[in-house]
Amino acid sequence: MEYFFQQLINGLTLGSIYGLIAIGYTMVFGIIGMVNFAHGDVFMLSTFIALIFLMVLTQLLWVTPLALALFIVLIGAMLLTSLWAWAIERLAYRPLRGSFRLAPLISAIGMSIFLSNLVQVTQGPRYKPAPQIASDVVTLYQGVDYSVSVSHKQILIVAVTIVLLAAFWYIVQNTAIGRAQRACEQDRKMAALLGVNVNATISLTFVMGAALAAVAGLLFMIYYGVVHFNDGFTPGVKAFTAAVLGGIGSLPGAVLGGLLIGLIETMWSAYFSIDYKDVATFSILAITLIFLPSGLLGKPEVEKV
Amino acid sequence: MAVAAAERPATAGRLVAALKDAAGAALLALGLAVPILALRIDQDINNQPVLRPRWDDVALAVALVFCARLAWLLLRWARSGTAVAKPRPVSSGAGGYVAARAFAIVGAVLLVLYPLLMLALVGRAGAIKWIDNFGIQILIYVMLGWGLNIVVGLAGLLDLGYVAFYAVGAYSTALLVHNLGFGFWLCLPLAGIFAALWGILLGFPVLRLRGDYLAIVTLAFGEIIRLVLINWVPVTNGYAGISGIPKPTFFGLPFNASDEGFAAVLGIEFSPLHRTMFLFYVILALAFLTNWVTLRLRRLPIGRAWEALREDEIACRSLGINTTSTKLTAFAIGAGFGGFAGSFFAARQGFISPESFTFMESAVVVAIVVLGGMGSQLGVAIAAIAMIGGTEILRELDWLKQVFGPDFEPTQYRMLLFGLAMVILMIWKPRGLIATRHPSIFLRERRAVRADLVKEGHG
Amino acid sequence: MSAGESIVGPILAVEHLTMRFGGLVAIDDLSFTASRGEITALIGPNGAGKTTVFNCATGFYKPSSGRLVLCHGTWPAPEELDTLTQSGRRWAAATGGPVFLLERMPDYEVSARAKVARTFQNIRLFSGMTVLENLIVAQHNPLMTASGWTVLGLFGAPRYKAAEHAAVERARYWLDRIGLADRADDAAGGLPYGDQRRLEIARAMCTEPQLLCLDEPAAGLNPRETSGLTELLLAIRQTHGLSILLIEHDMSLVMEISDHVVVLDYGQKIADGAPEAVRNDPKVIAAYLGVEDEEVEKVEAEIAR
Repeated sequence: MEYFFQQLINGLTLGSIYGLIAIGYTMVFGIIGMVNFAHGDVFMLSTFIALIFLMVLTQLLWVTPLALALFIVLIGAMLLTSLWAWAIERLAYRPLRGSFRLAPLISAIGMSIFLSNLVQVTQGPRYKPAPQIASDVVTLYQGVDYSVSVSHKQILIVAVTIVLLAAFWYIVQNTAIGRAQRACEQDRKMAALLGVNVNATISLTFVMGAALAAVAGLLFMIYYGVVHFNDGFTPGVKAFTAAVLGGIGSLPGAVLGGLLIGLIETMWSAYFSIDYKDVATFSILAITLIFLPSGLLGKPEVEKV
Repeated sequence: MAVAAAERPATAGRLVAALKDAAGAALLALGLAVPILALRIDQDINNQPVLRPRWDDVALAVALVFCARLAWLLLRWARSGTAVAKPRPVSSGAGGYVAARAFAIVGAVLLVLYPLLMLALVGRAGAIKWIDNFGIQILIYVMLGWGLNIVVGLAGLLDLGYVAFYAVGAYSTALLVHNLGFGFWLCLPLAGIFAALWGILLGFPVLRLRGDYLAIVTLAFGEIIRLVLINWVPVTNGYAGISGIPKPTFFGLPFNASDEGFAAVLGIEFSPLHRTMFLFYVILALAFLTNWVTLRLRRLPIGRAWEALREDEIACRSLGINTTSTKLTAFAIGAGFGGFAGSFFAARQGFISPESFTFMESAVVVAIVVLGGMGSQLGVAIAAIAMIGGTEILRELDWLKQVFGPDFEPTQYRMLLFGLAMVILMIWKPRGLIATRHPSIFLRERRAVRADLVKEGHG
Repeated sequence: MSAGESIVGPILAVEHLTMRFGGLVAIDDLSFTASRGEITALIGPNGAGKTTVFNCATGFYKPSSGRLVLCHGTWPAPEELDTLTQSGRRWAAATGGPVFLLERMPDYEVSARAKVARTFQNIRLFSGMTVLENLIVAQHNPLMTASGWTVLGLFGAPRYKAAEHAAVERARYWLDRIGLADRADDAAGGLPYGDQRRLEIARAMCTEPQLLCLDEPAAGLNPRETSGLTELLLAIRQTHGLSILLIEHDMSLVMEISDHVVVLDYGQKIADGAPEAVRNDPKVIAAYLGVEDEEVEKVEAEIAR
């Protein structure tokens, strides 16, 4: 029983990270109907940016306390990752927006290949270690042969996720920016006719998604303690699975999907087999798309005959 | 005089604007380069992480971006002075088709003569590398491209998991050879059939999904197969792969130096070149077969149904076409050719492992098909030669070491440039290299259809 | 003598058709018959459910309840119909000729087997294919059979060549009828709008239907094109003995060529009869034009009568 609760905590932590990345996928798909293949690699890029920033602050600038350094790293990583996402949208996607559907997809795949290889070439192919942060553990329950504990890292991750989600949900639902976004999701031409700056709204969507991915990147770096140029593909696909599971286009759905995927992955590794855990995730993706394409919280799309 | 005077400030103004634009681009490049390019995470003597600055690389990158952007702006400025482009006609004359056919025939003849040309140009020692690493490698991708062209190019079904069929072909060959002792020539058709069956199995649940969703599901299936290959060790041997796959023989004559060997029987001196050239002609024959079948199918009702499916599935259904079986047929035939290619790959390498069957392979083949132009066989071949040949050739550019220093490894940049090329080519020609479609039946003359009228398919 | 004269009975009977989308009732207990060899018009204000009726009849929607009977020959006796309905099968070879229950058939089968062809409100041509190719694709099924499910055709069997030649001849016949013979090799997407509409009708005719369903064929046509369309439809009815089901907003076209008019409003049938009778029906006038506030009570009383 204690084992189950421990896995529950681990799963929710992992799921929070997936959820943050998934929001980027779902927001972009909602507004321009495109699967941003490069998003996973933007996340990977943000893990490196976060680590480098942290090392700059702690080694070169001797910034203490750690919390302050992390806060500065968070803001900096969000800004720089957003800059990358903005540039990618402007250079690789916007020119193809009017043209046919496969073109931005191929461009996104090319961008994904470019990003992961760029990091490989500039940073080297080996795993880069990150400093141990917030590793202290709070024991929740001391059982006979197993104790349930939650580390400070995990609390940090879940707390940050909740705060950010609340902030972004507020922005999307209650501000003019969010309204413009939702208008563009529904009908781009009409929104443009009503004076909404569609290009700026779309750019902002990419930026917001990337900012959240940057947060996920920092948390990922803290949680796993290593960064690697190949870490874009698998978490990216899992986050996309989460977005699809929750209902593509739905913000709460992305988070819900993320938590579910995190839990399923953790439980599967714990109780069945760690080797096939990715197979489990991909199978869920396939099954969801085949039987429930609109996901848990999404709206079904009906083609007008 | 007044006109010239008025022009000069305009020219100066435009130059200033161009400089400002290029400076902006350079600034953006600076923002993007810091910190990922500027600081490299490395390890010092004590294995502790440190940051190594590389500001000279950053300066180089920023300068490069500045110059490239400025050059592009000036080029565009110079070209905008020329005449207004005439609107292109919707259907052009029949000449285009004849030219394309002629080009294709010349290309086919060149391909057949390629090994002999290489032999003449670089002699025996160099020829093996050029025929094998370039010729055979490129032809495998051409065949994969032509196979996927049926699914993505003609039927408009976005398949991102094509590598799964490639893997089925390769692994079924390896297992048949090891467990049942079949020769290559028996494994080849069996591999194709297995892959086609697998295509039907995979296709059945997913083919009613539209567009992007179909793409993601096929990607998922491709990954599942790769993970199963890695983890199902008793059958597939996991990461270690399966080795000891014998190379194909020439009607029973092996290509070795023995007395029963090909060289001995023909009475000529033994050379490893024989086997390489034989393999080249085998893959060339397989590729030609793929091409012939595709061109024939395009003229048959099934091929026309595929292209109509790509245009508008609902209209197809209203005309009585069972689109599910039409899609399954495309999927299965495409998968079958992928299986053939996989079987050849296994026999040529002698050794296969899951590392050869990643999502990257599927992405490369899809890129080749889309960059070639929807459904155009010639376009796909050109795209394959350009992309694969272009990146392979990087291995040859040792002279670049003299420019950038001995640490410079061109092959590292192979995939980087590949990804960049994908993005740039897509922006330059979103409809692919061959942007026109030739009808498969005509009343009076075969007029090319402009590409922007052709739909890309929604799955 | 048109082919329909020797066969007794209607061609299509819609019985108590109801179509619900979630909570919305699009069609409410609709019943009417379409007589063989006649032009039956389905009219009504926008949103009345006319295209929904088409979609139910051609297998694109599955009706919530009701029965749609199509008969190629003499109308079967009620007992035969009941047997078929209870048996759960989709069609039967009754004594008079094949009988189909359209509500049970998928869309491609309705076209291939029941021989019901349709056109669409928004033109659905294969715009990237030539005019000739559009007409050849329509003859897919007989050509597939002749090509031996592709195998014979792959090796150039003469049977397939003959079938393809016949298909081209049929296409040529229709091209002459609609006046596009000299544009046979042009891309369908490049044709002017009026030609595209006529091409869509010719393509439907190439499937050799017994019932042709036209969804707003005159939409967007100028008066000259409309009269050309009228001639075409009357000629089709005359020469081929075809039955036509027509949705139209152009009242002059409807009054000129229909033999029988059914009026829908909010999913319910409000009138059914000869064009003249329907034109003067006060309920129909009220539905289309509305009624003055002072007259509402009077008209309602008249309707209740």
